[in-house]
Amino acid sequence: MRYSLLNVVVNGLTGNRFTGPAWRDAAPKPAYDVVIVGGGGHGLATAYYLAKEHGIRNVAVLEKSWIGSGNAGRNTTIFRSNYLLPGNQPFYEWSVKLWEGLEQELNYNVMASQRGIVNLIHSDAQRDAYARRGNAMRLSGADAHLLDRDAVRRMMPFLDFDNARFPIKGGLWQPRAGTARHDAVVWGYARAADALGVDIVQNCEVVGFTRGPDGSVTGVETTRGTIAAEKVALAVAGSTSRVAKSLGIRLPIESHVLQAFVSEAVKPLVPGVVTFGAGHFYISQSDKGGLVFGGDLDGYNSYAQRGNLAVVEDVCEGGMAVMPLIGRVKLLRQWAGLCDMSMDGSPIVDVGPLAGLYLNTGWNYGGFKATPASGWCFAHTIARDEAHPLTAAMRLDRFRSGRVIDEKGVGAQPNLH
Amino acid sequence: MRIVCPYCGARDAHEFAYLGDAAPTRPDPSAADAVDAFHDYVHLRDNPAGPLDELWYHAAGCRRWLVVTRDTRTHAITATVLAATAEASS
Repeated sequence: MRYSLLNVVVNGLTGNRFTGPAWRDAAPKPAYDVVIVGGGGHGLATAYYLAKEHGIRNVAVLEKSWIGSGNAGRNTTIFRSNYLLPGNQPFYEWSVKLWEGLEQELNYNVMASQRGIVNLIHSDAQRDAYARRGNAMRLSGADAHLLDRDAVRRMMPFLDFDNARFPIKGGLWQPRAGTARHDAVVWGYARAADALGVDIVQNCEVVGFTRGPDGSVTGVETTRGTIAAEKVALAVAGSTSRVAKSLGIRLPIESHVLQAFVSEAVKPLVPGVVTFGAGHFYISQSDKGGLVFGGDLDGYNSYAQRGNLAVVEDVCEGGMAVMPLIGRVKLLRQWAGLCDMSMDGSPIVDVGPLAGLYLNTGWNYGGFKATPASGWCFAHTIARDEAHPLTAAMRLDRFRSGRVIDEKGVGAQPNLH
Repeated sequence: MRIVCPYCGARDAHEFAYLGDAAPTRPDPSAADAVDAFHDYVHLRDNPAGPLDELWYHAAGCRRWLVVTRDTRTHAITATVLAATAEASS
């Protein structure tokens, strides 16, 4: 059913009896053209764009649990394109452009809200760095404004401008950045992909792969039987090393855990997203009123999907330093997601490294914002067996050739990106 | 999380700095396959879900490097030895 103002009003007045589920609970068929492993935002977006842009509709998305149960439900729902390096910036800017039209594209309310992001400036050196970053953003067609202290104060008077250690001197503002509803993004892509004929198979864990005589990947073995596929695409960020291990592949990836927090609901306070780079703390406010915030990784390899108290304390200290009023707000919930931390802090979208295999991984803690463009470019990579121009720099062989995309400039130390 | 340092006893993880997997060892730069070996050494990791030997530095304590055996699924630590001891016995 296509959602419209008319049927929302009619159903709203008649007990919300929308007919039928929004997508089929498909049982796996014995064979597909493309099998996508991982029913998160990236996997579902890839399936949608494969069907929509490339006409490949004999596609299955396999999810070991329910769709959106992994990192798609464990993030802080921000999209932005305030990147510096040419290998990254145009890709994330395309993602923001897709976010801007996503609701019309999917006919689904993903609650995308372009409320802007401000990166705070505390020193002259930081202002220089952000001026350079803003110029790089504008060169690739994104929007960026350098704000002085008074402009930031008018926007967010509640920040601690006269902090003795990190006084606020200004900010880099990207007005087109924003937030979206993470579950709705998953559901919207699932519903739209399903309508184009994609099978979304839940509770179907991939436990191994079938291989041809030449070593190529010819299908997957799952808890619901063996499924043959001409092409197998991995979109299992957080668990990529685990899945790749059964193919004998070692990757430039470590799994780390990133915590996020939400407070009790308060009246509208934070107008957009604010980042405090000096202490690493960032915050936005959900439509429900909760303050959604986070900070650093826990810092050591983990598959636990939960964090430790030391980082809870660290994040809250960062929050108190930049925004002392949150000391009066009660913490409601805390969660942690598994991040595929790559060795240069940038993602990997590529053909291979085995025949019949396609790789989408290494999203670090920036996977949510990339969801639409990741699906767009990965679908292109799968359909045409070549990298999309926007992900041409994000290939696996860059670590061997030295063409890394080290946005933060800390080298091969994944827990520091 | 607490780490039992062989010198200092059980201390909060806050006192330690993390390096990562203890398995990679620096390859011979004069070997014929040094380019491949350094690529693997610098970038590739097993990244297991389960027990992992990893290097921690007791920065706010005895300032010794430790090899900590920790389960990455539960964060449970099963063994801690000085890195120098681990190296001598390997």
